[in-house]
Amino acid sequence: MTANTEMRVRVAQITQVADQVKRFRFERVDGQAMPVFSGGAHVVVAMRDGEVLRRNPYSLMSSPTDTSAYEISVLRVENSRGGSHFMHDAVKLGDELTLSQPINLFALDQRARKHIFMAGGIGITPFIAMMDQLHFQGGNFELLYAVRTRGHGAYWRELQERYGKHRVKIYCDAEKLFIPTDALLSAQPLGTHLYVCGPLGMINGVLGKARSLGWPSQNLHSEEFLAPPPGSPFKAIFKKSAKTIEVHSHQSILEAAEAAGIDAPYLCRGGACGQCETNVLGCNGKIEHNDNYLEVLEKASGKKIMICVSRINGSEITLDL
Amino acid sequence: MNIKFKNETFRDDFTFANSPETIRRFPFPFHEDKYMYAVNMEPHVPAGPPGHAYNNGIDVDEHFVSEMQDRAKVLKEDPLRYQVLPHMMAAQWDTLELLMEQQAAGYPEHFSLTKDGDNWHWINRPMGIDQKFVFGDPSTLPMDPLEFITRQAQGDFVIVDQRDNNLWCDAGMVTTQADWSLDFDIGMNFMEWHGPVPLAHHMGVFERALKFLLNLQQGKPVRRLNWTMTVNPRLDTSPENYHKWGADRMTVTPENVGNKVHLRCELQSLWRLPRSNAILFVVRCYLLKMEELVTIPKWARRFHRVLRDLPPELVDYKGLTRYRPTTVEWLSKYDDGAATSPGIFPE
Repeated sequence: MTANTEMRVRVAQITQVADQVKRFRFERVDGQAMPVFSGGAHVVVAMRDGEVLRRNPYSLMSSPTDTSAYEISVLRVENSRGGSHFMHDAVKLGDELTLSQPINLFALDQRARKHIFMAGGIGITPFIAMMDQLHFQGGNFELLYAVRTRGHGAYWRELQERYGKHRVKIYCDAEKLFIPTDALLSAQPLGTHLYVCGPLGMINGVLGKARSLGWPSQNLHSEEFLAPPPGSPFKAIFKKSAKTIEVHSHQSILEAAEAAGIDAPYLCRGGACGQCETNVLGCNGKIEHNDNYLEVLEKASGKKIMICVSRINGSEITLDL
Repeated sequence: MNIKFKNETFRDDFTFANSPETIRRFPFPFHEDKYMYAVNMEPHVPAGPPGHAYNNGIDVDEHFVSEMQDRAKVLKEDPLRYQVLPHMMAAQWDTLELLMEQQAAGYPEHFSLTKDGDNWHWINRPMGIDQKFVFGDPSTLPMDPLEFITRQAQGDFVIVDQRDNNLWCDAGMVTTQADWSLDFDIGMNFMEWHGPVPLAHHMGVFERALKFLLNLQQGKPVRRLNWTMTVNPRLDTSPENYHKWGADRMTVTPENVGNKVHLRCELQSLWRLPRSNAILFVVRCYLLKMEELVTIPKWARRFHRVLRDLPPELVDYKGLTRYRPTTVEWLSKYDDGAATSPGIFPE
């Protein structure tokens, strides 16, 4: 038995904020207040796209204490599985969608003496809410924000106006301006926490540099939402549910299970939280582990799989589900 | 529902007792005739027959006023029962909001909360408290937000911060505990503070519980029951005061079991807090005398069997060694061997 706490919302506003980036404002259909959330939290947006039910995670970027509405920003991703296209092309003002309660896998460490946020592109969104929260609390923070061009970068003007150019620094690829990671990470006071959100290459590069400079791992935080990568179709046998299902190329195992009416546990749908960990009973093929959750040895064992983002290259997998 | 609050003591002359209605609402912790550790968490949604301790998210009963008086005495003698680390201010406000909202929603005759933006007005009628304050501004309350509200809510409260894939005991109000100390555990992580518990480590119980709690969701609180036994209805069975209660365990005789020996149940509920992303851990203690317990035939039969067959490690850990035989013998008179129905509620 799980309490259903999903919220029905109406699209109250759609704003084109930069090339390929739209902001959506959601208000509750039942007129109730949105729950307060903590900076860094995301919601899972459920969209009914014809036959397909899509559920995508998006960081909340509105003020955490504003209970009148939630706002997210969506980058239109070419070659995506369709979630961002659906949001950009199909969702209209007044449409109804379903949101999960806020979930935070990228929270502020409240013990930090100073917070450094490093954003790449659309990775800016969680930091907007985190900075709002720290601004309210009187916390010490600094944002370094890398954009491709000033036209691609969302929100940088507003953020500079609100917090000042000394705290919000923009680095533009097109102008050959790059975040001076080395110098920056070498010159921080004790008790500084670093948060990185952006493309995987950026996260790995920055965190690797920080570790090599001796930053404690507890002071390093990152978030990357993985979309389930496509692959070849295969068969999934759900042992407990006694069902055998075809997992299509552009579908995750979790989505295939849901489409077949199986109530599989999930939270982040991005390979981070661990909620959808499933035991593998048999596999005819090779598991492609795409998550950030399982340990290397667990992945190598072939006994566990995170069904929100991982799949197999082979003919069939049998799951304890 | 209008609660008639009792005037009673949990120390010295020990006048505490449950009314017949309160006996029936007791959260009896055994769903079958035996007991072993389990993570046993379930959604903390209203449940049970009308009036049961599961009816509201934060339960208030006839002992409210006397329990708050006992808490005030404990704090006066030992201020370290309330502690909060500096980074927990957002979590303090989260907790104040949750407890005020839950109590006002569950018991509107006794509590009210009105909000005008950040200007809040709280009324606690049983304790005669009427407080206007600005939410988020600690200077508008007579003490810390957490201390203020937990002096007005039954149960112990621990706030655990979530970071580094672990949970950290970073704030609390603990005056009705079953032999553990906030002053000792403050700042520890989940694995550290569960260190002393026997058996469960080998079963992987804590790894599973930690993983579950790290993903605890906002709006979906969970609960579990834990239990021990206490001689005399003493709420404050703390390590700090062991010298006051430890010797009580030598005083049980076949004649006084019914009145002196208590089943002590903890209704533990866990809530994800919105602003801080911390978790509020509520440990609400309920006491039930053996002579009260046996007024429910199903519970009399079941508790006799549970206590008789308890693994020796647990007997020792729960501190029951000295008076368990006497209690089992006394309870056996109420066990006719009949089958018991599943579940925890009275028949």
